[in-house]
Amino acid sequence: MSGDTAREAVGDYRYGFHDPENATIRFDKGLSEQVVKDISELKGEPEWMTEIRVKAYHRFMEMPMPSWGNCDMLNQIDFDAVTYFLRSSEGTEKNWDDVPDDIKNTFDRLGIPEAEQKWLGGVTAQYESEAVYHSIREDLEEQGVLFLDMDSGLKEHPEIVKKYFCSVVPASDNKFSALNTAVWSGGSFIYVPKGVHVEMPVQAYFRINAKNMGQFERTLIIADEGSSIHYVEGCTAPTYSTESLHSAVVELIAMDGAKIRYSTVQNWSANVYNLVTKRGIAHSNATIEWVDGNIGSKLTMKYPAVILKGEGAHAEVISVAYAGKGQHQDAGAKVHHLAPNTTSNILSKSISKNGGRSSYRGMLQVTPKANGCRSKVVCDALMLDADSQSDTYPTMEVGNSSADLEHEASVSKVSNDQLFYLMSRGHSEEEAMGMIVNGFFEPFTRELPMEYAVELNRLLELEMEGAIG
Amino acid sequence: MLSVDNLHVSVDDTEIIKGLSLRINLGEVHAIMGRNGSGKSTLANVIMGHPAYEITSGVIKFKGTPLEEMEVFERARAGMFLSFQYPSSIPGVQVGTFLRKSVSAVRGEDAPSAREFRKELKAHMEALEMDKSFLSRYVNDGFSGGEKKRLEILQMLLLNPTLALLDETDSGLDIDALRVVAEGINSITPTAGCLLITHYQRLLDHVEPDYVHVMIDGKIVKTGGSGLAAELESKGYDWLEV
Repeated sequence: MSGDTAREAVGDYRYGFHDPENATIRFDKGLSEQVVKDISELKGEPEWMTEIRVKAYHRFMEMPMPSWGNCDMLNQIDFDAVTYFLRSSEGTEKNWDDVPDDIKNTFDRLGIPEAEQKWLGGVTAQYESEAVYHSIREDLEEQGVLFLDMDSGLKEHPEIVKKYFCSVVPASDNKFSALNTAVWSGGSFIYVPKGVHVEMPVQAYFRINAKNMGQFERTLIIADEGSSIHYVEGCTAPTYSTESLHSAVVELIAMDGAKIRYSTVQNWSANVYNLVTKRGIAHSNATIEWVDGNIGSKLTMKYPAVILKGEGAHAEVISVAYAGKGQHQDAGAKVHHLAPNTTSNILSKSISKNGGRSSYRGMLQVTPKANGCRSKVVCDALMLDADSQSDTYPTMEVGNSSADLEHEASVSKVSNDQLFYLMSRGHSEEEAMGMIVNGFFEPFTRELPMEYAVELNRLLELEMEGAIG
Repeated sequence: MLSVDNLHVSVDDTEIIKGLSLRINLGEVHAIMGRNGSGKSTLANVIMGHPAYEITSGVIKFKGTPLEEMEVFERARAGMFLSFQYPSSIPGVQVGTFLRKSVSAVRGEDAPSAREFRKELKAHMEALEMDKSFLSRYVNDGFSGGEKKRLEILQMLLLNPTLALLDETDSGLDIDALRVVAEGINSITPTAGCLLITHYQRLLDHVEPDYVHVMIDGKIVKTGGSGLAAELESKGYDWLEV
């Protein structure tokens, strides 16, 4: 695919710009045990982490590609063409003025410093493999909240990292979690002390700039008893004609009575493979909420999961996927009810357009010991034309007959009558389509911080432009 | 302002309107009455531009421009409004947002400022006896028949059309709602042309038409003054059939 066709395929992708690459350290393409050891050594990591990495590397090499999902696309990934580590800045700065100019410009264009001033409690900005900027509001720091990039987290709090790293998502969970564990770099490390409520969301922004780059951030969030936090994640990349690989692992631990909300709007350019493992463990009466939006990427495979381990724990997974030309959004949710009286809600909404494909893949498990569980799963798909595709793969494993489970699924099309109605109110066909699409995603959008909601609506309206014939 | 000349319209190769002519001037109220299936609703929808209908011959002009040259949204922006018999629901889109966007699309440069818009909206909603909780509901989603019709009339008042087509706006309304809706219609007619499609006399007790047309099998078979509506009410349509 030439650069022009790549641009055509993704339409008017606003974040498709790239800056000159000024790497201070760039590893050769391809993966080997030596590359894994070099990353660890370069970062000055403790030996136990190097061992985890090397072991994970071997697991990755042994494990076959998944035999489900979009195998055609998966098998196109050329692991030897990927750059596994790229350092673009000497350190992580606390002040935007100290971030190298070209990188700062990128984040300016993405509106991150502005958002930070207005509505965020803390920001990590990751460029390629590592965080280039990091800050947290003083009042949060005084309350003992730890919010660091993952590399600093390991340096400054190795005992916490050692205890929880891979405790929710083991390296061998799947091929891509093994890869991430082997070559991880960057990501966020958060610890919220007992009873502390972080009122303003904290945000991490992930930007890939270089060609054929692999970004493997690793995020670990621990909310101690009775605490709460809302973490927001955004991601973009330039539009190159060759593919990049984003393969993250996110682990959440919500102790008794704690609440973690993790909101993502991934808007990778349409040449990025986005293969992510996100999972949380909720202890007694804890709540984990995944608010997960998938707009960009070439292929996304992501099924945010919650293990309801303690009695009375609650999971909420609200996700939307938009699949345009050449895109496959294979997304969904997994909830495991391991304890009595646990509850979950899953709402998944997807839109397919211009031959795009969206799949819902879900798993709901209730173990024999889990009495009195309740779960509701709702999947709605909206097709904007006849070339597009939507499919659903729900799995239920119910081992306890007291469970109260509901499952609803619908596939709908935009009707001519709806379009005619809106057009008779002065809206062009594209505007009408934009309104219907935004309306369809509204149950998701209203869960986002206002700034993200506005941006998402605008993005979807842009997607509708020039697309109707 | 609106001229329809020898109009023929088909849906899926079945002819529904079979040679119909009509002229509506500014300030005139025309009522079209007829049985179900006579083609009344088709006429309203075809004037607004519903894609399911095909004009096989004849011309419709609005303010001198043939409508075939105008997209549906352009007709709306030029001052045409259709109050739907069965308005579509748009889940997830709040009434308040929808109204604001529609007003700015239709009225363009003349659209009111945010503050004036709120003022207009409040006044019209009070007149239509609509609670402000309407604004945060989704457009027509889970609305009762009467609520849908009120929302249609609210849109008409806000969009301030020069030609209002009202398709069975009176059906499914109780007496109070009918009165409120009729007041809405009366408030725009001094400055707009209006085409009321109905098969009941009762709306015409509140809105006095200048002309009443009787439509049977795709044609206007008789035109008279407001007295014709009362005559139809007592005698039915049989006496007009050929």
